[in-house]
Amino acid sequence: MTAVNTRPSRARHADPGTLRLAGVHLPRWAAAFCAASGAGLALAARAAFGWSGWTTTTVAAVVLFITLLTAWSFRVEGRRRAKDRLASTVIYACMLAAVTPLLLILGYIAAKGAPALSWTLLTHSMNGVTASMPGGGVYAAIVGTLQQVGVASLIALPLGVLTAVYLVEYARGGPFARAVTFFVDVMTGVPSIVAGLFVYSFLLLGTGLRPFGAAGSLALALLMLPVVIRAGEEMLRLVPDQLREASYALGVPKWRTVLKVVLPTALSGLITSCLLAIARVTGETAPLILLVGYSSRINNDPFSGDQASLPMFIWDQLGKRTGNSGTFSEPRAWAAALVLVLLVLVINVVAHVLAALAKPKST
Amino acid sequence: MRAPTTPTGPRIPVTGHDLPPVTTGDATPPAAVPAAGGQRADRLFARIAAGAGGLVLAVMAAIGAFLIWKALPAFSGNSGNLILTQQWLPQASPPLFGIAAIAFGTLVTSLIASLIAVPVSIGVAMFIAHYAPRRLAVVLGGITDLLAAVPSLVFGMWGLYFLIPNTRGFQAWLSEYLGWIPLFRNTLPGVTTAQFGQSLLMAGIVLAIMIIPTISAITREVFRQVPDELMDAARALGATRWEVMRTAVLPFGRPGVISAAMLGLGRALGETIAVALVLNSGFAINWHLTEPGGDTLASTIALKFGEATSSAKGIPALVFAGLCLFAITLLVNSAARLIVARRKEFR
Repeated sequence: MTAVNTRPSRARHADPGTLRLAGVHLPRWAAAFCAASGAGLALAARAAFGWSGWTTTTVAAVVLFITLLTAWSFRVEGRRRAKDRLASTVIYACMLAAVTPLLLILGYIAAKGAPALSWTLLTHSMNGVTASMPGGGVYAAIVGTLQQVGVASLIALPLGVLTAVYLVEYARGGPFARAVTFFVDVMTGVPSIVAGLFVYSFLLLGTGLRPFGAAGSLALALLMLPVVIRAGEEMLRLVPDQLREASYALGVPKWRTVLKVVLPTALSGLITSCLLAIARVTGETAPLILLVGYSSRINNDPFSGDQASLPMFIWDQLGKRTGNSGTFSEPRAWAAALVLVLLVLVINVVAHVLAALAKPKST
Repeated sequence: MRAPTTPTGPRIPVTGHDLPPVTTGDATPPAAVPAAGGQRADRLFARIAAGAGGLVLAVMAAIGAFLIWKALPAFSGNSGNLILTQQWLPQASPPLFGIAAIAFGTLVTSLIASLIAVPVSIGVAMFIAHYAPRRLAVVLGGITDLLAAVPSLVFGMWGLYFLIPNTRGFQAWLSEYLGWIPLFRNTLPGVTTAQFGQSLLMAGIVLAIMIIPTISAITREVFRQVPDELMDAARALGATRWEVMRTAVLPFGRPGVISAAMLGLGRALGETIAVALVLNSGFAINWHLTEPGGDTLASTIALKFGEATSSAKGIPALVFAGLCLFAITLLVNSAARLIVARRKEFR
């Protein structure tokens, strides 16, 4: 713990005769003044040294602002308050530094993707459209993404919820349960490309099978599984034990209690966590490169043949960005990226809204 | 049945989205008195549930086993050293490949990403948990959560089309003024600003932007769980806001922060598509981080897959790279989990 500073502050009092409870503070406009002068100095430096980009100028302005404010505060308010101000400024700067690029990304995607977005794009496939031709669209890719993610959900969601049920309702803290918990945690860190490579090495490599949509689903399911289990576990633990006890008291066996009491009570939370898991894998590209390939035609069968998907559509069009073909393939890639981001964001927003609606009122 | 409000260690959420807090901890639900008729069904259901849990163990074991098995051919017929060779030419005759350069790329980019992302994320988490007004905090928390869900492909595209062209001057500046540190020097003869670009440094920065939402979401939750008593005690002693952070919040949250940082590191290590887009392929260990070129384990698997199927050693070599990546991420993630688990014992 920090000792209370008992020695007289370095701060110079305006009028030494009056008793003051608090030390001297910088005026309210101090931060604004320092920001303005920092920016001004940085602009002057930009003109003087001929900096070309805006990055250097911005960084210089921020550094100047922090230095000015801290130095002034140190002079007037003393060491501890100067440190406090420095820390606050740095923390605010961190927030800005984190949020700015993230908002830039969303803005850039919207700006690049929106002009290329059209009804034709959403309703046509790339069949017969070469990279250097206009037209074509993401229809086949949307179909593929929905099917692949759908199959992955059919595999991962029941398995994940069942595992969560095991961990919450049946596990008694034995070595097996602890191993499951540990490896579920570790599994969240398995890189998507490794999941893809694993499915490739046991399903496609040496078996003569060609890439197909559901193979990608298997890898996606591997990535979803730990997310569903962990979130499902948290949801099931929220179910009050009184409900279980009441059910047992009525002579209901445990498995029926789980199915008829515990799971329905946690249902909305479970749906939320499942949606978030789905959103997480919708944009996965790496496993699809190995397992699904890419097709410019509409393939409605996830169990045979190359299938398109939104991420692979973007990857394919980006691969053709150099030279003349870039004129049309680049905007197509951006439009598809916008569609993908919108899809993921919509799933997320729906999940968060559901979570807010289902939040238990008493805590 | 809520546990009494004793100060407990931080609970580490894995997914990062804001779920309602759970305080029941490890309390086991009451056991059912088995009803006579339901006994068999009960046992069956318990088995099915345990089987689903067992599947997780089986899958993890299978990943390791299959990757080792399918990588075996890569151990023979290689004219280079699997670990120390920098080139990646499994299709040449004789094949010549090793993971030295790509493992270097993986470690360097992830390290840069962590060095940038961890302090920034701590700042973000402190801001959201303890500096921002409540309503703003909710909004900002929601935004960062949404951004954690933006696909990595999109981050890669943005890095390639927006960030790299706009930061050529920054890289040139680094090389010119901090060039006395070899890491920042671009040694290409007569290099101009326009020739700066797809370097390991930029890949690291893009990765940093990607993992900030992940790390800050977890750290934020941990900082929120700091007991009010601790912070009030610090305030009562006259601590400034920063002193409260330093003496109450940071020490309490340290294991959580370390674990979050390692999870972020794990994500950066395994990131494929963003790196594959941002980096300009090159299979050599190059300490001059502002020079274009470089590759990582994950990006190599994605980029070299197409040509790998046509040669005998191509796929085994990539599977070996995947195996190394799996081993590294497994180590990092296990370490993160053990740190958290050790903390739990102190409760």
